[in-house]
Amino acid sequence: MDLKEWFASRKKQKEIEAVKPLAASEDICLLWKQCFQCRELLYTNALRENFNVCPKCQYHFRIGAMDRIEQLFDEGSFHELDANLESADPLKFFDTDSYVKRQKEASRKSGLREAIVTGEGEIEGEKACLGVMDFGHFGGSMGSVVGEKVARLTEYATEKRLPLILVSSSGGARMQEGIFSLMQLAKTSSALKSFSDAGLLYISILSEPTYGGVTASFAMLGDINIAEPGARIGFAGRRVIEQTIRQKLPADFQTAEYLLKHGQVDMVVERGKLKSKLAFLIKFHSHSNAKAQKAPPRPKAATR
Amino acid sequence: MTEKKTIPLEFEKPLEVLAQQIEALEKQIIEHPELEGDIDHLKKQYENLRRSLYSNLSASDHLAIARHAQRPYTRDYFDRWDPNWVELHGDRKGMDDAAMVTGLIDIGDFKIIGVGTQKGRSLRDKQQCNFGMPQPEGYRKALRLFKHAEKFGLPVVTLIDTPGAYPGMAAEEHNQAEAIAFNLFELAGLKVPVIAVVTGEGGSGGALAIGVANRVMMLEHSVYSVISPEGCASILWRSADKDKDAARAMKITAKEILDLGVIDEVISEPLGGAHHDYDVAAANLKKAIIKQLEKLVPMAGDEVRADRQKKFRDIGAFHEATA
Repeated sequence: MDLKEWFASRKKQKEIEAVKPLAASEDICLLWKQCFQCRELLYTNALRENFNVCPKCQYHFRIGAMDRIEQLFDEGSFHELDANLESADPLKFFDTDSYVKRQKEASRKSGLREAIVTGEGEIEGEKACLGVMDFGHFGGSMGSVVGEKVARLTEYATEKRLPLILVSSSGGARMQEGIFSLMQLAKTSSALKSFSDAGLLYISILSEPTYGGVTASFAMLGDINIAEPGARIGFAGRRVIEQTIRQKLPADFQTAEYLLKHGQVDMVVERGKLKSKLAFLIKFHSHSNAKAQKAPPRPKAATR
Repeated sequence: MTEKKTIPLEFEKPLEVLAQQIEALEKQIIEHPELEGDIDHLKKQYENLRRSLYSNLSASDHLAIARHAQRPYTRDYFDRWDPNWVELHGDRKGMDDAAMVTGLIDIGDFKIIGVGTQKGRSLRDKQQCNFGMPQPEGYRKALRLFKHAEKFGLPVVTLIDTPGAYPGMAAEEHNQAEAIAFNLFELAGLKVPVIAVVTGEGGSGGALAIGVANRVMMLEHSVYSVISPEGCASILWRSADKDKDAARAMKITAKEILDLGVIDEVISEPLGGAHHDYDVAAANLKKAIIKQLEKLVPMAGDEVRADRQKKFRDIGAFHEATA
C-alpha cells in the first residue's frame, strides 16, 4: 500500500512539474486557466460564459460574490444593502501580524469590504433577498460584519415578506474576532427563527467550501438546502477528523454528493441550472401561500 | 473539603514546595517546640503567596484550572442542588449520549429542566462520555428537553463544560452542524427563561448549542472561545505550542468576556478553583442561578423570547461608514 501511494504521489509530482512552465507567465494566466480536476486548459472568457464550470469534466471553480450575483439575478435588478459596514478590531488581535493589516490585505485581494455581499433583486422576475459569501475575502470567514449583514438582510426580508437566499462559502468563524465571531452563530440563527415563524421561504445554497461556524448556523437551516456539485461541506475539517479517529476517510467524504446520500441536502444542482431552479422553488412556494390565503373564506360560506 | 488531595497545576508548584516544608516542620514539632514561630511565619507566607498567585493568573492558567481533572462536572452540581434529581435519557431517535446530561431538578423554590455536558471522571467514564464532546444525538437530546420545558412552562438551566462538539466520521454523517444550528434556532424561539453557565471549557459551537440563553454567566476560572487555543495557534501561528499566545490574544477568560459585554456575570469560585471545594462552588452557582430565575420567571413568554433575541442581536463590533 505504502509503496503504491509513494508511486502515485511521485507520478502526481511529475505531472505538476511538467505542467508548471505553462502557467509561469502572467499573461497566460489571465487568458487561460487550467482545470484543477482534469487539467484541461480553458480559455478564460469561454469559461466565464460557462458559469466558471469546466466544460470537459464539470468541475465547478470557486467564484466571487459579484460573479454569483450576476449569474443569479436578472440583469440590472440587484440593489446592494448595508454596503458600508466594516469590521472593527474589538480584541486588538495580533498573531504574527495585526488583524487590521490583514483586513486591508484581504480587501485589496478581493476588492470587497467584507466576506459577504447582500442585497435585493429579481430572479426571472421573482423578487428575492440574496446574500453571497466570498471565499476570496479572508477565507469567507464570519466575523461581526458578516453576522450583522446576514441578520439585517433576514430582518429586511421578514419585513418585506420576500424569500431569502444565502450562498455560503466559508472556512468558518473568524478567529481574530474571538468570542464575537462565535456569537454571530446565535445572532444569525435567531434572526432566521423569526423569519421562519413568519412563514417565509429560506433557500440555503452551499458552495465549495462551507465549514465550521457557517455550516453550524445559517447554512444548514434552509427550508431547502442546495449544494453545488463537488462542493466540500462539513462541520469539522477532514484533517481534524482523521487525526481524531486515526483512520483514513473515504475519498468522497463531505462532498455534496456524499451529503445528498446522507440526507443533509435536498438536491445537488449544477451551476448552470441554479437560477431556473431557484425561480421554480420561489414560484412553487408563493403559489401554495396564495392558495392557503384563499382557503379560509370557503368553510364560512358552507356553514351559512 | 469534600475530595481527596487536589492535584497541583504547573503554576502552583511554588505553593506545593512551601506546603511540603510546613508539613516537614510540623512533624518535628514535638521534639522541637521552638519551631512553632517558624511554622507560623511560613504559614503566613503561604497564605500571602496563595493570594497573590491566584489574583495574577494568565489566560493559560485559567485554562489549566478550567481543564483540571478534579474540576466539578455537571452531575456534581446537580447532585448538590438536588440529591433527588431525576435523570431523563435519550434523543428518542436511537441514542442516549452520555456526554449530555439532562434531568428534572428542584433548585431552591424553582423546578427546572437541567441540561449540561459531562466529561466523566474515571477512564471508563471519560470514554463513555467521549471526554465531554457530544455527538449530534447529544444535541438532539438537549433539544428534546428544551421542547419539554416549553410545553410545561419550566425554565431551562444549562451547564457548559466541553472542549467542543465531537469531530468524528459518524458525527459528520449524522449532521453535527445541523444539530448545533437547529439548537441555536430553536433556543432563540423558546418562551421559557433559559440560563446558561460556562462551568469549565466553553468550546466553540459545541458549547453555544446549549448556550443561547437570557442570561449567560461564567465561573471565575472558566473559559469561552471560538476555537481551542491549540487549534488557533496551529492555524494562525502555524505551531500548536504557541497556545499560550493564542489564549491571550483571543481573550477567553471570564473577566475579559464580561468586559467585552458578551456575558452577564462572573460567579466567584473557592480560592484556587472550584475543585478545592465542590460544596461551596455548587452553592455559589445555585445562588447566582436563583437570583436570575427570580427576575426571569415572572416575565411573560413573548417578553422572555424578545429579551433573549435582543441580547444576541446586539453582540458584534463593527463600523458603519457614512458614505
